[in-house]
Amino acid sequence: MQTHKAKRVEITIEAVMEDRLTAALIKAGVTGFTILPVLGGSGRSGQWSREGQVSRAGGMVSVVCIIRPERLETLLEAAFEVVERHIGVVSVTDCEVLRAERF
Amino acid sequence: MDGILALAADNLLSPIILFFALGVAAAFARSDLSVPEAVAKGLSIYLLFAIGFKGGASVASHGIDATLVLSLVAGVVLSFLLPVVAFGLLKGMTRLSVTDAAAVAGHYGSISIVTFVAASSVITSVGLSSEGYMVAVAAVMEAPAILSALWIIARFGKTQAEMEEGLVREILLNGSIVLLVGSFVIGWITGDEGLEMIAPFIVAPFQGVLCLFLLDMGLVAGRGLREARSVLTPGLFAFGVLMPLVGSAFGLAAGLLLGLSPGGVMLFMTLAASASYIAVPAAMRVALPEANPSIYLTLSLGVTFPFNLTLGIPIYLAVARALTGG
Repeated sequence: MQTHKAKRVEITIEAVMEDRLTAALIKAGVTGFTILPVLGGSGRSGQWSREGQVSRAGGMVSVVCIIRPERLETLLEAAFEVVERHIGVVSVTDCEVLRAERF
Repeated sequence: MDGILALAADNLLSPIILFFALGVAAAFARSDLSVPEAVAKGLSIYLLFAIGFKGGASVASHGIDATLVLSLVAGVVLSFLLPVVAFGLLKGMTRLSVTDAAAVAGHYGSISIVTFVAASSVITSVGLSSEGYMVAVAAVMEAPAILSALWIIARFGKTQAEMEEGLVREILLNGSIVLLVGSFVIGWITGDEGLEMIAPFIVAPFQGVLCLFLLDMGLVAGRGLREARSVLTPGLFAFGVLMPLVGSAFGLAAGLLLGLSPGGVMLFMTLAASASYIAVPAAMRVALPEANPSIYLTLSLGVTFPFNLTLGIPIYLAVARALTGG
């Protein structure tokens, strides 16, 4: 099966920033992404759980984008503007996709 | 004093407080008891809808007067003013940075609608009534405190607060405010006739739904406290108990100046005493991300909310009754 190289960018960010991040991504031409809820975790601010939050605003989400390698820089610049001052993690991994024309 | 103790004892043994305590105890005991997120959201929608509608229907039957407008203005003024008072207390009582102190202060100018609902329920249970438009006062008190906190940062802080256009819209049109004000207006338009039509849904089951909701709030508060108790210094804890009493004194003065009923004065005290844990935290995360959310959430939800629910409400009721002769 023919596969194509791509980049998988995962941005874990506070739920209140979700709309701002996706708007910035769309503005930068990244129209394909998946948003996942985050149940909890642990980091610099200590342990954290979805159950200890009174509303969705206290939670976090994970925004996953799979893009062509040449579009990575544009995406990261757009994402950085939103996440710079906020709690969160941005990671980039290499991946392969089956249908290159979709990304 | 005996009156306050008797009221506090009655309040502590009411089903809503006992369910809240059950939630806190279950969270501390690390029980897997939980109210599904969607159910909790549904319960909060029900409570906002019911309290808003009943408030509007009450205004329809009693009519409106200048006191309504003055009460709204007083609510806005208090919401702007209380964060400044809270900030002064925090700087005197704790070693919080300006950023953290301003963020915490913003929470204490805004309100907790659940505390308001619980206070309304206590008023009804002791046979008092209140001005229906206090629901609208609650709604207008949500947002000004956020602007006040951002002003404090601009005036005393080194960090830059981010006040973007989208945030203003989100604050003013957050779901709770839209539902509360919308239900209030519908209750106002349809009046007693409308209330009669839906009373079996919003009157009789109200206390039971409130019990379930407070069970969830107890679980959330307990889990939040368990995870973040390390941030709770003695000074912060003292602030979390003192500030509601200070805020209630401002609410009392406003209520008395406006000539509200004993129930209305008590509700004004409760609004001024309560601290936000939904609208303001969300706004602070966007506008002031450098502030530590563990501090303001633990204080407002883990200290002030339980204090108001258990001891604050009976105190405010006793003081309001004593000073208004109600």
